[in-house]
Amino acid sequence: MIQEKDINEQIEWAKINADVMRSLENPRMAYWVAVIICLLMISCAVVAEIYQYNVGMGVAGLNNPHMWDLYIATFVFWIGMSHSGTLLSAILHIIHADWRKPIYRFAEAMTTFSLMTAGLFPIIHLGRVWNLYWVLPYVSDRGIWPNFRSPLSWDAFAISTYLSASMVFLYIGMIPDLAICRDSARGWRKKLYTVLSLGWRGDDRQWRNFRKTYLLLACFLIPLAVSVHSIVSADFAMSIMPGWHVTAFPPYFVAGALYSGCAAIITLFVLLRYFFRFEEYMTLPIMEKTAKLTFAIAMVWTYLTLIEFASTWYGHNMYDKEVLIAKATGPYAWVFWTMLFCGSVVPFALAFKRLRRHMPTMFVVSLLLNLGMYFERWMIVAPTLSLAHEPHQWNVMWGSIVQWAIVFGSFGWFGLLFLIFVKVFPSVSMYEVKEMIFHRRHHKDLVEIMEEHEAAMHHRKGGDKPGLEGA
Amino acid sequence: MSEHRVMALFNDFDEAFHALAEIREHKVKGVDIDDVTLLSPIEHPEIEEVLGERPIHVQKFTFFGALFGVTFGFFFLAAAQASFLVQPQGGKPVIPLPSNFVLMYEMLIFFGVWTTVFAFFVLAGLGRKRDPMYSEKVNIDQVAVMLDVKPENLEPIKALFKKHKAQEIREEVVR
Repeated sequence: MIQEKDINEQIEWAKINADVMRSLENPRMAYWVAVIICLLMISCAVVAEIYQYNVGMGVAGLNNPHMWDLYIATFVFWIGMSHSGTLLSAILHIIHADWRKPIYRFAEAMTTFSLMTAGLFPIIHLGRVWNLYWVLPYVSDRGIWPNFRSPLSWDAFAISTYLSASMVFLYIGMIPDLAICRDSARGWRKKLYTVLSLGWRGDDRQWRNFRKTYLLLACFLIPLAVSVHSIVSADFAMSIMPGWHVTAFPPYFVAGALYSGCAAIITLFVLLRYFFRFEEYMTLPIMEKTAKLTFAIAMVWTYLTLIEFASTWYGHNMYDKEVLIAKATGPYAWVFWTMLFCGSVVPFALAFKRLRRHMPTMFVVSLLLNLGMYFERWMIVAPTLSLAHEPHQWNVMWGSIVQWAIVFGSFGWFGLLFLIFVKVFPSVSMYEVKEMIFHRRHHKDLVEIMEEHEAAMHHRKGGDKPGLEGA
Repeated sequence: MSEHRVMALFNDFDEAFHALAEIREHKVKGVDIDDVTLLSPIEHPEIEEVLGERPIHVQKFTFFGALFGVTFGFFFLAAAQASFLVQPQGGKPVIPLPSNFVLMYEMLIFFGVWTTVFAFFVLAGLGRKRDPMYSEKVNIDQVAVMLDVKPENLEPIKALFKKHKAQEIREEVVR
């Protein structure tokens, strides 16, 4: 069977530049519709936040024992969403999987904007937003430092490191493309790209250092990404609350993060392909590979979910077990079973080639996967708080309209940042697509030479006998 | 004596490769491969090979940055914790290593990343004024070979470039 190519190898390099540059100027109308929808979503959140700020955290429904609810579940969701972009880009870069090249840029941007969205939630959740700086590692005027034993202070370190490293990784990888933009843009764009491209001219010294730097950053980002979500899981696992004190939480969180990130890559793949007419770059074979990867991660997540249930069940801790039973049969049961359906059953759609190649189906499937992942985070936070150790505290909480409005708005905030990014910066890496084409063509030439050589040898053996000259 | 800067633009990467190989073999007397700068639109380790071993030092900065990060992390945390002995520790150590390891790990990465980036900017010569001979075609699909030559070598090197089907040859007096 002939394998379909990831990209058209005959595409001209000048056309790649032109296509990507055109995407910065001329998106489809749907792009602007998406921008307006995002703005409307943000306005919902802004109104809700102003109301909450003026009236107090009570309007969010936060109380004892529900001191964490949708805000922290959403924080964990966005941190998770940030994982696939940079982590997969770095892993695929190290293992030389060149099919990543047309899609990694927007995936890395997704990481950065997810983290920026996640960062809003601890601030919103604080209520006293002006005291945000208390999480920073500084000494107060009474000589008191933050408690470095607390996973919450680890969060501050890990997330700020991850955000800065992801931004740098995204930026460094974009410098050669910014130079291309600089050479062909006009007006304010030219000024912006001239500053950001730092005088890149593509000489061998720059490429050599670039290659090494990018590799080193990729090597740093892989353990960093794993550590960030492990630390977020420590916010829960290091407590003694039923349902949270689970050894498998760090890998479970990392797998969930990768899963939701991969699903988000599929969503954005479909949207960008349509908005900017990127059919030649974001091709069906690349979508297939992304979908297969997502399917594999979905199975890992399913396995770890079952492990979590099994360890709770066989652990015979009555409090943990009660929370697990309540998840499956109590008031949150519909959320729990929807989570399992979306997270473990829906991904089987990715096993079918015909569905993997159908963009509207992939779009819907990716949204369902992320719905499952959102519910997963909610099911980590809410049931445990509903059934904590003290029976007099037991109650069910669904989140007030204020919380839901802010959560809803966060999707608009992420979407708007992302849409601005893809309009200002190239969302397909031009120089890496050229590299991909060059190396594939070069490889093809070598294969043709080998085949011709083998054919000549075969002809020689079958036809006239070899002479003695070559002996 | 004045020196000329010559830049040849090639459409065909193989031709550029052969031109460089001939320079390397000293086909033009007095011109050395170490004087050559190659400009290309993509990362091109295969063509760079003909330029010979050219050192990269970024990783040394990375190593020392990461080392500094982990050391600084330990002493920063330990100093903060040890300066606050009045806080009830509940029988726990004043400087708890297991929890500090997490933050030291983050600082290792933080400083490692930023020193790598700093080293890249410096060692790649970014932020400097671009050469006036720079051609925008390099950012599209052409490879440029650039070098400084003495006046007597100017014509032979141009002839070499022409032999290898250079699309365009530019020159200027540099000093």
